Amino acid sequence: MVHKVVVTGIGATTPLGGDSKSTWKALLAGESGVTTLSQDWVAKYELPVTFAGQAKVSAKEMLTPQEAKRLDPSSQFALVSAREAWLDAGSPEVAPERLAVEYATGIGGIWTLLDAYDTLKERGPRRVLPMTVPMLMANGPAAAIGMELHARAGVRTAVSACASGTEAIANAFNRIRNGEVDIVVAGGAEAAIHPLPIAAFAAMHALSKRNDDPAGASRPYDTGRDGFVMGEGAGTLILESEEHAKARGAKIYAEVVGAAVTSDAHHITAPDPEGTAAARAMLGALEQASSSIDDVAHINAHATSTPVGDIAEYQALKRVFGEKLSGIAVSATKASTGHLLGGAGAIEAIFTVLALHEKTAPPTINLENQDPEIKLDVVVSPRKLEGSHILAITNSFGFGGHNAVVAFRSVE
Amino acid sequence: MALSAAEVLSGLAEIVNDETGIATDAVQLDKSFTDDLDIDSISMMTIVVNAEDKFDVKIPDDEVKNLLTVGDAVNYITKAQG
Repeated sequence: MVHKVVVTGIGATTPLGGDSKSTWKALLAGESGVTTLSQDWVAKYELPVTFAGQAKVSAKEMLTPQEAKRLDPSSQFALVSAREAWLDAGSPEVAPERLAVEYATGIGGIWTLLDAYDTLKERGPRRVLPMTVPMLMANGPAAAIGMELHARAGVRTAVSACASGTEAIANAFNRIRNGEVDIVVAGGAEAAIHPLPIAAFAAMHALSKRNDDPAGASRPYDTGRDGFVMGEGAGTLILESEEHAKARGAKIYAEVVGAAVTSDAHHITAPDPEGTAAARAMLGALEQASSSIDDVAHINAHATSTPVGDIAEYQALKRVFGEKLSGIAVSATKASTGHLLGGAGAIEAIFTVLALHEKTAPPTINLENQDPEIKLDVVVSPRKLEGSHILAITNSFGFGGHNAVVAFRSVE
Repeated sequence: MALSAAEVLSGLAEIVNDETGIATDAVQLDKSFTDDLDIDSISMMTIVVNAEDKFDVKIPDDEVKNLLTVGDAVNYITKAQG
């Protein structure tokens, strides 16, 4: 038997706000969360990129000093957003054996790892913190949440670069759909605004270098786009079987109706220019949703603002939707948030869910001159989504050739 | 200049509080780190290293297992000072 899956709680901490409500409000208002970095290491290392989407509210402020001390910043973001989501879902009563966590990160505890290496070099092995390993491991955020909520049905971490967050939600969806569990805390977190990842992403010419205009730097589909903008934070969704949610009278944001994960096997960083596997992920999600391309009203695109990535996704979208593409409201919300890497898919899933819940597609800022090669109907100011039981998908793609897509349907 | 046992206790209580959140006045000489204060081995190692820095002493790993109570630690540190 296949179980219906619904979203009953959301939580986020992002460059736009310290929770999901303030984030969504800022997104609809067309704000940018990208700012100039004031840390002394920017000048010290003469970084070629001097801005990022830093979390609006420090996670440390939301935790006790002892919690913060034992958690990498990525796990801090994860725990803060998971607490919000769990509370938002009404702190559901659920058997621990029926509660799972699927929580992603792209990089893991890189601050912990690199700080510990500095400590080793400068002060010797005895001064390396005994919590270093559990803090740096990629499953740290998932483990922190699982521990807090007493989840005993499995705590897992999808690691597929920038597709990680969406892949975690896909995994969560399937576990509930298959009847293995009643609730999954799903999402992703990243805290990689550190000089090393900035230097490394800049070395591969992946980052925007618009240092004199941080707020205008993330500009998906614009002819002036020159790379992505690093962001940090986390997003959490409470996914629940419909019968469990209804039995406890929970508020339902939207239904999760399909998900698919594919891989390019084309190039370690470049997307397949034909978009074949990315297209197959979208079609797979729609097939699982027993839906057709005609049902899709809204797409939250991956759209990182890189010259090649935005085109490649457009090719994949054309492959799937053909002429129907012109009737679909496309939002590229990384324009406002920057790219949260392993957290991106999670916050974009939240935006997709809220777009369906409030029947409003969020705007894509910084679109001044749309790339003539990308013929999408890009939403530039909040747009009403008409109709009932409408479908939306969110796309995420990652280095390694990972493609992950999740489809949601509005609940009336 | 060596600190008195009372000063070591007060300094150690601050380290314990910083690491675990336990109130400084709960850190008393007769309290067991594990049984009374519920301090796990990972926190204990951090407390030991921070105490070494704060009191300028060496506490070898072999010695840590003998420091069962706050009083054991205060005695050890007091004697180990210069």
